[in-house]
Amino acid sequence: MDDLTDVYNELIMEHSMNSYNKKKLEKADYSEIGHNPNCGDEITLELKLNGDIIEDMAFSGHGCAISQASTSIMIDTLKGKTMEEAKEIIKTFIAMIKREITDEEELQKLEDAIAFKNVSHMPARVKCALLAWHTIEDILNQKEKEKENGK
Amino acid sequence: MNVEEIKKDFPILQNRNIAYLDSGATTQKPLQVIKAVEEFYENYNANPHRGAYSLSMEATEKYEDTRTKIANFINAKHREEIIFSKNATESLNLIAYSYGVDKLEKDDEIVISIMEHHSNLVPWQKVAKQTKSKLNYMYINDEFEISDEEIESKITDKTKIVGITHVSNVLGTINNVKKIIKYAHKKGAVAIVDASQSIPHMKIDVQDLDCDFLVFSGHKMLAPLGIGVLYGKKEILNKMTPFLMGGDMIEYVYEQETTFAPLPNKFEAGTQNVEGVIGLGAAIDYIESLGYDNIQKLEEKVVSYAINELSKLDYLTLYLTPNKENHSGVISFNIKGVHPHDVASILDSEGVCVRSRKPLCATTYEIFRY
Repeated sequence: MDDLTDVYNELIMEHSMNSYNKKKLEKADYSEIGHNPNCGDEITLELKLNGDIIEDMAFSGHGCAISQASTSIMIDTLKGKTMEEAKEIIKTFIAMIKREITDEEELQKLEDAIAFKNVSHMPARVKCALLAWHTIEDILNQKEKEKENGK
Repeated sequence: MNVEEIKKDFPILQNRNIAYLDSGATTQKPLQVIKAVEEFYENYNANPHRGAYSLSMEATEKYEDTRTKIANFINAKHREEIIFSKNATESLNLIAYSYGVDKLEKDDEIVISIMEHHSNLVPWQKVAKQTKSKLNYMYINDEFEISDEEIESKITDKTKIVGITHVSNVLGTINNVKKIIKYAHKKGAVAIVDASQSIPHMKIDVQDLDCDFLVFSGHKMLAPLGIGVLYGKKEILNKMTPFLMGGDMIEYVYEQETTFAPLPNKFEAGTQNVEGVIGLGAAIDYIESLGYDNIQKLEEKVVSYAINELSKLDYLTLYLTPNKENHSGVISFNIKGVHPHDVASILDSEGVCVRSRKPLCATTYEIFRY
């Protein structure tokens, strides 16, 4: 890593230290725990839907600066999106971290979450950045299954 | 003893610009060890105990000579009390399965300390479940030590097995293993010592300790990865059933029955990690050439300097016993308000390798609230 300030940039530090998304939702439709046994990071992600739209999200738990900021910025990015749009963004974020997508233009849809691009150069921290995104993926997959089962 | 001279023995420290502070996880290897492995493959490689040709016999000799070397190194009474394994974890699993599962009965007790490495903890959970015995813990006091009262209240007449780490990989505490072993014996239990973190730093004498079992990994004491040792008292090992079945641990094989080889082969199934054994022998030679006295003097200097400097940082919390004589080389700390994983990344960017994440032992982790 040449310059760590690329990773621990202002946006990431702000979200990791004092996130307004770290709270409890009054009425959540889904609540899912994301756990990274290697480093002990654990988050609980809450999600409230309005039809197909992600109306609100919040998180609680503890972890490193990267996992905490990634969770908070993900919430900012996905709030107000349809489930389909969210899935596309999640896919792009995971691909960015795994260095499968590097094209800046393609990454624009990630909005602030593009700030984690440099984590892709730090293999030891990939899991931290992806924790929340895998957790929301689980929720959306679960929702899809419910839909298929006609719930 | 000159640090700069010693550093020259470690090629990786010449090739990489790092401060390697993670020897508790695995040590770097001196050239003497690397060369010994190379020399084995270039001149002696064959399967020990198998061939009737001179090359195989020479390989056998090298392998068995190292067993004797290790027996002398830890002052075992008999060379066949030294069993080669993959690492301390495998040695502990061997004890858990071949001793624990066989000997324990319902309501018996297993006692270990709260600062055990997972490999001296999880196997005992399994044994306890399987035999319906109980797993009890000796906890630490405010000084990160196990008090005499704790030892005497946890080891009871029902205790059959006591497991204790000599030096904690999380806290650096040197446990009073002699006292624990003595008390275990008084209550009729066998005592197992995990010496993985102590053997690179201090002389181990199994007869003086009077432990029934002692385990360690080669890779934490300058030897290659994948080689470990189990020491067990001969009379106990003789009564135990084999752990793994296969080649070299058998005497006669019939279609339905097999008789097993005597010690130590009984516990060494399959072709062994001979290069690891050779490397471990070279590591012991290297440690002995430096001398434990010199190693300790040097460590004392480095460790007290580090503790002294780290104590000056008010944003840093140290977790170590205030009793200097009970502390080895591990220094655990937290930076207030910063997750250990972030600390490790930032130190890494400066070429400093430290252990981060939660400590290997989730149970001890409870005290590391940052």
